[in-house]
Amino acid sequence: MTDRLPGFATLAIHAGAQPDPTTGARATPIYQTTSFVFNDADHAASLFGLQAFGNIYTRIGNPTNAVLEERVAALEGGTAALAVASGHAAQVVALQMLLRPGDEFIAARQLYGGSINQFTHAFKSFGWNVVWADGDDISTFEQAVSPRTKAIFIESLANPGGSVTDIEAVSAVARKAGVPLIVDNTLATPYLIRPIDHGADIVLHSATKFLGGHGNSIAGIIVDAGTFDWSRDNKYPMLSEPRPEYHGIKLQETFGNFAFAIACRVLGLRDLGPALSPFNAFMILTGIETLPLRMQRHCDNARAVAEWLSAHPAVAAVNYAGLAGNRYNNLARKYAPKGAGAVFTFSLKGGYDAGVSLVSNLKLFSHLANIGDTRSLVIHPASTTHSQLDDAAKTKAGAGPDIVRVSIGLEDKDDIIADLDQALQG
Amino acid sequence: MNHDTYDDDYIRGILNGVKTIAMVGASPVNVRPSYFAFKYLAQRGYDMIPVNPGQVGKSLVGKPFVASLRDIDRPVDMVDIFRNADAALALVEEALSLTPLPKVIWMQLGVRNDKAAAMAEAAGLKVVMNRCPKIEYGRLSSEISWMGVNSRTLSAKRAPIPTQGMRLSLNRVSVGGGGTGAADRAAQDKKDSA
Ligand SMILES: Cc1ncc(COP(=O)(O)O)c(C=O)c1O
Repeated sequence: MTDRLPGFATLAIHAGAQPDPTTGARATPIYQTTSFVFNDADHAASLFGLQAFGNIYTRIGNPTNAVLEERVAALEGGTAALAVASGHAAQVVALQMLLRPGDEFIAARQLYGGSINQFTHAFKSFGWNVVWADGDDISTFEQAVSPRTKAIFIESLANPGGSVTDIEAVSAVARKAGVPLIVDNTLATPYLIRPIDHGADIVLHSATKFLGGHGNSIAGIIVDAGTFDWSRDNKYPMLSEPRPEYHGIKLQETFGNFAFAIACRVLGLRDLGPALSPFNAFMILTGIETLPLRMQRHCDNARAVAEWLSAHPAVAAVNYAGLAGNRYNNLARKYAPKGAGAVFTFSLKGGYDAGVSLVSNLKLFSHLANIGDTRSLVIHPASTTHSQLDDAAKTKAGAGPDIVRVSIGLEDKDDIIADLDQALQG
Repeated sequence: MNHDTYDDDYIRGILNGVKTIAMVGASPVNVRPSYFAFKYLAQRGYDMIPVNPGQVGKSLVGKPFVASLRDIDRPVDMVDIFRNADAALALVEEALSLTPLPKVIWMQLGVRNDKAAAMAEAAGLKVVMNRCPKIEYGRLSSEISWMGVNSRTLSAKRAPIPTQGMRLSLNRVSVGGGGTGAADRAAQDKKDSA
């Protein structure tokens, strides 16, 4: 048998899924159960000791969730993945594997506002200290490295500013520092960018957004690239040292190049608890089956809208990396040649007030705090998602007071443009 | 032969072909990877022989330990080396003194000895290094999928429900697009810097 090499669209439909052995059901069943019976006491003990493959309890793993995990791992080119309850849960679980109180991690300032909050406040209370760098200036990452640095965190396409991060350049800094590079790939999805191909060691998703794509379920995913050697020094004891939680198992020794995903499951998810509902996993999986089609349409619509806005007299600036002349256009061409995503911002000549009135005049766009829906969405970040930041930090994160953020949906592009047109006149 | 990456067909051929496996360095301690790889392979129908001179007189999941490969009373298809890389050369020499010759030398995850591999290959044996047969079996059968592992295979066929002692089909379609090339390259870098 010669191996044909199926492409991305085939993986988006098939990876991880198989007709159900018991019933023959072709769609992935929703295994809506808390627990799974053991064959006998020995089977139970082997499962608890991580010695056998199988299901125990849905907080640790579930067959529906496992299909989602394998599918995203395959699409990203990773060795394994773990699905959790939200994108934020993915960030907590992934970092908890790497940091002890007093440790540091470096993060680009160009991040989703909720992540900036999580890092600044919640993580601070765990003793995990974020050190900010500027995603547009690689030397700031180099300067931020210290002996306590345990990871570097960036977004591939950053929310909301539409910036594109030079993943390979940041990866070189991480490599030199001997720490893993974590890339939040929520806005790009693996259809546009596969960060592992550019040096990421861990990829995170808020699957809530484009992976699910229909605005109906919250979920998060952690993908292990299988690239990082956790046992090179004793910096990552969760991976390299005997774990008292499991009678002294060393996870990297036992699981090799997917040890990080296993650690996130059996130490992180098991003990912290943010398990994904199998129903939500099913919704996200169904969304992923059409990811390539949707993502391309999202990008094509976004580009058309961005071009139209750039020519509009009421618009001061459009921050879309897909536009020629945008400061990130070269990076977008390199990392995301199929399109620069569907989330971008623009500012109005009328400033804050014009932004507020635009949002209230729109009829087709929904005013809400999400992105990556079939529907077109709009928000004024300075007064919502980024409201906790001071003005300087807002501007740095691409969410200054005059900025409006849109997530362009899958409607007819002429209808999207017509709605903006009437709202800008209003 | 390149030992940084293996085609699925190569691994599949080995795991479908061998029946008797001697595991050198098998441990009776039930939290050691060798213990549970041994147990899993026995449950999947392989004729498993634990080799460990310190444990003779005891048994591992019902199979009596032997002190060395030479003490095995039947032909061995595959020698699975669960020892450190330095021990591999002498073990390959010992394996090559058996009649009939084993068909495969398998070195566990984390174990790589290119000299030992070259010696085995020169004698016509197949060699796998730095892999775990339990993980590879679980991956190719997709039984490992419960852990979210990328099996790098697809199938639209309904699989039978696995039961105790059952051999699983390993003949799923391998996928290139879902490949984990970055992990393979990292393993290569690690070897180069070692
Ligand atoms: C880039 C990015 N990362 C992470 C998150 C957090 O994900 P969730 O809302 O699923 O917890 C979001 C949500 O807006 C996001 O846009």
